[in-house]
Amino acid sequence: MVRFVVRRLLQMVLVVVVLSMLVFAWLRSLPGGPVSAILGERQTEERRAALEAALGLDQPLPVQYLKFLDRAVHGNFGVSTKVLPGEDALQIFLDRLPATIELSALALLIAVALGIPLGYMAARRRGSAADTGAVIFSLVGVAVPVFFTAFLLKYFFAVEWNLLPVSGRQSTGLDATRVTGMFVLDGILTREWDAAWDALKHLILPAVALATIPFAVIFRITRASVLDVLDEDYVRTAEAKGLTTKVIRARHVLRNAMLPVVTTIGLQVGGLLAGAVLTETVFSYQGVGQALATAFRDKDYAVLQVLILAAAVIYVLVNLLVDIAYAVIDPRIRTR
Amino acid sequence: MSPRRTAATLAAAVLTAATLASCAESQRDDNSEGGGDDGTFVFGAAGAPEMFDPFYATDGETFRVTRQMFQGLVGIEPGTAEVVPELATEWTPNDDGTEWTFELRDDVTFHDGTDFNAEAVCANFERMFDQNEAGQTAGEYWGYVMGSFKNDAANSLYQGCEATDEFEATISISGPTSGFPTMLSLASLAMQSPTAMEEGDANGIAAEGEGFSFPDYADNPVGTGPFTFGEYDEANGTITLERNDDYWGDPAQVSELVFRVIPDESTRRQELEAGSINGYDLPNPVDWAGLEDAGNSVEIRDAFNILYLGLNPEANPQLKDLKVRQALYHALNREQLVQTQLPEGATEATQFMPDTVSGYNTDLQPYEYDPEEAKRLLKEAGAEGMELTFAYPTEVSRPYMPDPQKIYEALRTDLEAVGIKVNVKTASWNGGYLDNVTAGRYDAYILGWTGDYDSPFNFIGTFFGNLKENDFGTRAYPWGQQLSEDLKSADAIVDDEQRAAAFEDINQQIMEDYLPGLPISHSPPALVVGPGVDGVVPSPLTAEEFASVSVEGGQ
Repeated sequence: MVRFVVRRLLQMVLVVVVLSMLVFAWLRSLPGGPVSAILGERQTEERRAALEAALGLDQPLPVQYLKFLDRAVHGNFGVSTKVLPGEDALQIFLDRLPATIELSALALLIAVALGIPLGYMAARRRGSAADTGAVIFSLVGVAVPVFFTAFLLKYFFAVEWNLLPVSGRQSTGLDATRVTGMFVLDGILTREWDAAWDALKHLILPAVALATIPFAVIFRITRASVLDVLDEDYVRTAEAKGLTTKVIRARHVLRNAMLPVVTTIGLQVGGLLAGAVLTETVFSYQGVGQALATAFRDKDYAVLQVLILAAAVIYVLVNLLVDIAYAVIDPRIRTR
Repeated sequence: MSPRRTAATLAAAVLTAATLASCAESQRDDNSEGGGDDGTFVFGAAGAPEMFDPFYATDGETFRVTRQMFQGLVGIEPGTAEVVPELATEWTPNDDGTEWTFELRDDVTFHDGTDFNAEAVCANFERMFDQNEAGQTAGEYWGYVMGSFKNDAANSLYQGCEATDEFEATISISGPTSGFPTMLSLASLAMQSPTAMEEGDANGIAAEGEGFSFPDYADNPVGTGPFTFGEYDEANGTITLERNDDYWGDPAQVSELVFRVIPDESTRRQELEAGSINGYDLPNPVDWAGLEDAGNSVEIRDAFNILYLGLNPEANPQLKDLKVRQALYHALNREQLVQTQLPEGATEATQFMPDTVSGYNTDLQPYEYDPEEAKRLLKEAGAEGMELTFAYPTEVSRPYMPDPQKIYEALRTDLEAVGIKVNVKTASWNGGYLDNVTAGRYDAYILGWTGDYDSPFNFIGTFFGNLKENDFGTRAYPWGQQLSEDLKSADAIVDDEQRAAAFEDINQQIMEDYLPGLPISHSPPALVVGPGVDGVVPSPLTAEEFASVSVEGGQ
């Protein structure tokens, strides 16, 4: 197990280095650049040249990359030109990360807490009206774009019914203590219940919007997987042995059906970051996703590099965790 | 889970949600957003400020915030583009317009208690003038208006500052220009506390990696204005300013001014509808009527911008023929464009500057829409069926072009109607469009400009003054050199009236003899405030001062 984990971690380092080259080359091959974003309508060749020289963008690409690599090895990923000019790009990522973790965690919680039980129930009652209804709902969930879901949620829950805030992470003027940067958790840790409640209210709509797609996917996989397992011989054998339904479901059906579901959940974690770009933008939620969108629009190279590489690292790590979870759920995998 | 238990769980979940919702409502109701005696004004900003030291800043979102905290020697009369006294009470030039003596207010202190006097003024100018290499690139506005910095003093408009008395400072410039002292109203050239700048190492900017790192001062700025810097809560996207109780002028009406960063325009509108912000900038023109109907007030600014169709004779030599350029202009039905695609209050342009700028020529008439004349001119020029590579930017909305694609479509239809074959090109604003325009890759493109201050040179000088580098390719015309020189000599006339007359002549020449591009329209940008908000004076320069704003009910 330890060897397995170490090998995977080494693979990860290689993946990140190769990816850093690709990201570097890709960003600089895109039309436009930070210089355009900074100068706007005030461009002249003269001013462009001066700014390019100041930002080191006039040097050959390999030189730029080697300089970047040299700095990165020393923990310096460059400073932002547009998202928060002058701020260390890695610091921007670290500052924004808690917000996105909080949002993604809640979204994943919603997706799992609803997706697995509903998927299981739908499978148990295959063909029933409830099953059909749930399947259709999940199809809609996958098909509708996040920004549309977000727009509807905001329109009804925030504007029309005034139940929840439209956007942001915390009400203006609320004086809350910050500990981890996850506002709900901070409120709980400091026992500032008002602040925790306020932050949770700001989280609900974006989390629900973000949860729609993972929910639909988890629901469908659970349903399909449970259906498969129910048809397996060992379930029939267990029934023949006279085991109680409760035992059969817990030990045989659920446990075996969970393998593909766990993989799916892992993959969805990666997808959550992509979803967060849209969700955070629509809800003006100051997280990594919003920073990524801004950095891409304004070609903030340093911030883009850090965010894309960090996303890759997270993705690889999550996959590793999924594999470990596999091994825990299914002992056969450990022996391989 | 048995069906019964599932039902129970679901019921509990629904109940919890309902309770949550009702609590949410009551919470919201007693969550007064203000903290002080006279309430808080919460404004939705489209972007985050880049920093708080306006000297190194270039963008409107930063200036919107710094303008509430900093002041210049000269200011702008609210609601106009006119220059008025601010920290200086009056100014007089010597005969040749190269030495300007400013009489200063004697009752002003910076937020940190430092006295404002002639020495502070000179300390500011010397600070702006004496920049290291990184600072010279980042201090873009100084470079733009003054030409260069201390290491290239000979080419700088600024030549020195002397404290001739405690409250009298004399600034020397290399030659007269229409821009001085008007340019001192620029947010970037505002007066900052010399003590705070020294303590915070204000000039300690450095190139680092692919950006600039800024000193502590950039986050802790100290000015003289009606608001002081409170806090930038980056995690929540809010900037809080507090009322300066020792302000030398009329104190601010609200005790707190909060800017909330909400990049998405429809979210800004929804926040206003939900009552959680008191106003926001640049509402979409299609929403104006709806916003008004809902009890908000849409404050329309006077247009201080120009939208034009840029033409590049270097990319398409057929454009070198004046008849071709005139034909294109006659082909465009700008009246219809203005009425259907641009916000209420937009007007057809008759020249490359709006009518609020001195030097505007009132005798010029809009080019007539005459497709037959266009066809005739094209035939005469032997350019029938000519091809035109015509570009517009995507993913952008500017005050002078709310929807570039729609404007492009309208123009293209008109051009095709007279037999011109249009090849479309698009690129996103920061994703190649501006680069391509600068590099001269398009025959025709739509672009525009919002003025920095009331100066004709800030419009036509920017467009055509630099012969070597302008997007209109005037170097390819026989008259390009002449136009560039005429602009510079007009700009150097000391007498206001004579200077204005000279610019009026140039405007006429540009439109009748040269026509380097086709000016299209001026669009008034708007901002919107919710019910109960009073005292917003819309500024053509989008330089609103929020000290005069009050919020009913102390939200």
